Amino acid sequence: MTLAVPTGARRALRLENRLRPGDWIFMTLAGTAALTVLAVILGLFYELTRTAWPAVRKFGPAFIWETTWDPPKEAFGAGAMIVGTLLTATAALIMATVVGVLVALYLVEVAPRWVARPVSYMVELLAAIPSVVYGVWGVFVLGVFIRDHLGPVMVSALGWIPLFDGTPLITGLFSAMIVLSIMILPTVVAVSRDVIAAVPRSQREGILALGATRWEMIRLAVIPYARSGILGAGILGLARAVGETLAVTLVIGNRVAIPHTIFDPAYTMASLIANQFTEVENDMHRAALMEVALVLLAITFLINAAARLLVWRVTSGGRIAVIE
Amino acid sequence: MSLQPSVADSLYRRRVATERIMTGVMMLAAVLAVIPLILIVFYVVREGAGGLSLDLITQDPNRAGRPGGGVRSALVGSGIMVGIALAMGVPIAVGCGIYLAEFGQNRFGTVIRFLVDVLAGIPSITVGLFVYGLMVLPQRQFTALAGSVALAMIFLPIVARITEEMLLLVPRSLREAALALGAPRWRTVVKVVLPTAFPGIITGIMLALSRIAGEAAPLLFTSLGNQFYSTDLLGPMDALPLRIFNYATGPYEYWHEQAWAMSLILIGLILIVSLTVRALFGTRVTVKQ
Repeated sequence: MTLAVPTGARRALRLENRLRPGDWIFMTLAGTAALTVLAVILGLFYELTRTAWPAVRKFGPAFIWETTWDPPKEAFGAGAMIVGTLLTATAALIMATVVGVLVALYLVEVAPRWVARPVSYMVELLAAIPSVVYGVWGVFVLGVFIRDHLGPVMVSALGWIPLFDGTPLITGLFSAMIVLSIMILPTVVAVSRDVIAAVPRSQREGILALGATRWEMIRLAVIPYARSGILGAGILGLARAVGETLAVTLVIGNRVAIPHTIFDPAYTMASLIANQFTEVENDMHRAALMEVALVLLAITFLINAAARLLVWRVTSGGRIAVIE
Repeated sequence: MSLQPSVADSLYRRRVATERIMTGVMMLAAVLAVIPLILIVFYVVREGAGGLSLDLITQDPNRAGRPGGGVRSALVGSGIMVGIALAMGVPIAVGCGIYLAEFGQNRFGTVIRFLVDVLAGIPSITVGLFVYGLMVLPQRQFTALAGSVALAMIFLPIVARITEEMLLLVPRSLREAALALGAPRWRTVVKVVLPTAFPGIITGIMLALSRIAGEAAPLLFTSLGNQFYSTDLLGPMDALPLRIFNYATGPYEYWHEQAWAMSLILIGLILIVSLTVRALFGTRVTVKQ
């Protein structure tokens, strides 16, 4: 990587050897900006680990499954919050993926242009609505609807399943699941739309030439080809759902306990932090909340990394024009 | 040997029926996906329109429990913090995008590209806690500056990525033409590539801006929020999404009204930015909250 005189034709073609001094300065500046990203990620892990350290040392791995959360007694375990987070995120993921992939298929394979454009734009706008507005809507509109109408119907129809046998309130697990699934829908639609659009034409033409109907084409030629990319789309949505804070804080009911029915109030990791961090009762409480954040960070980091690799593989390294 | 006509017939009819049903299911899903947006916008407009008034944007909040007053402090606070975040974020993000597009065809570039994507997916509340540990804890003071830094960190990966994509869309022939005229690479980038990609980059910046304007999670532990009007960068500062959160969870009816009205202002600003950007540049760039 020097400006030395090229020793051969092959070296002469390499980028580094064609750079002039001004180019080096420019590249170094841009490279420094790029390094900032690395610094932010390393800083995140370092800072959260450092501030969480007292709790990490005191509670050890039991922090993950212990379900006591008692600030005055300095007894902390994130079990209930981890369960709450995974339950809401997984339910949201399933709902959003089923609807989202169907929407993506519709947009790419079925809809005429004049329908596809406004529909995909409206779904994208859904992503532009701030989290806190979802929360306000979730409490005053959706929550009330669930308590007065949807909830009672579900209990009387499905109440024989213990999971649904609860008392629908304005806030609770179910409200959070619905709000989250709406919030991650744009991610799932946008990513799976791009992945489905990346399926080669020949793949479709081949099976159509064999006499397949459009749905048979989708089922036999498009979905199998795009499968891992669609999986990636779902996982990206999952990462969003896991980290979502304010909307969930407003609608989930905020109770540290493992929920028994889908109408029970619960807690997620992010909403616990949002609620308690400014009112910590002692240093161990703060460290414990920092450890919750560290667990959350680690989970979302892994989920995101996995999803990116999957999506990259399908679109063969090409970037997709969607920003999380 | 062929199937008997009647069997082949019924098989064909079943396939056509499945085709029709699944097309219907896909359409239904599309309708279902659009309904929430319509509902949310409808309720925010219906509940928020009544609360809109000149007082709301020119007055500061009253003491809790006394109806009236406005949210000027939150509007000004949001403006200041988003502005500073922009001033910090734009150069770094665009620089990062330039590196990835122009010099990033190596292993370091791949790693950074991957980290940009991952950073974009990290929960904003953990970013808030990071900045809390970095800036608030050592100074023992919640500051607007810390809030801006947290917002800038959320802004960074979004704009870095859009910049890279927009630069890569610039035709190779333009770069080659500049280089063939003897321009060094940095001049090629600054004078030819960047201006060509400018509309796209601005689009990305605007969309990222509208996203951080709606973020409350990273501000909860950095700028904290403030009852009073403040422009002091080294003290706590209010922001629109923070105040919506506080009012929506608060006990007073007029707080709820004002929370709806603020939501309307926020959504209105964001939709206007999004629609304008789309109308002006028409590029297919989207930002997910």
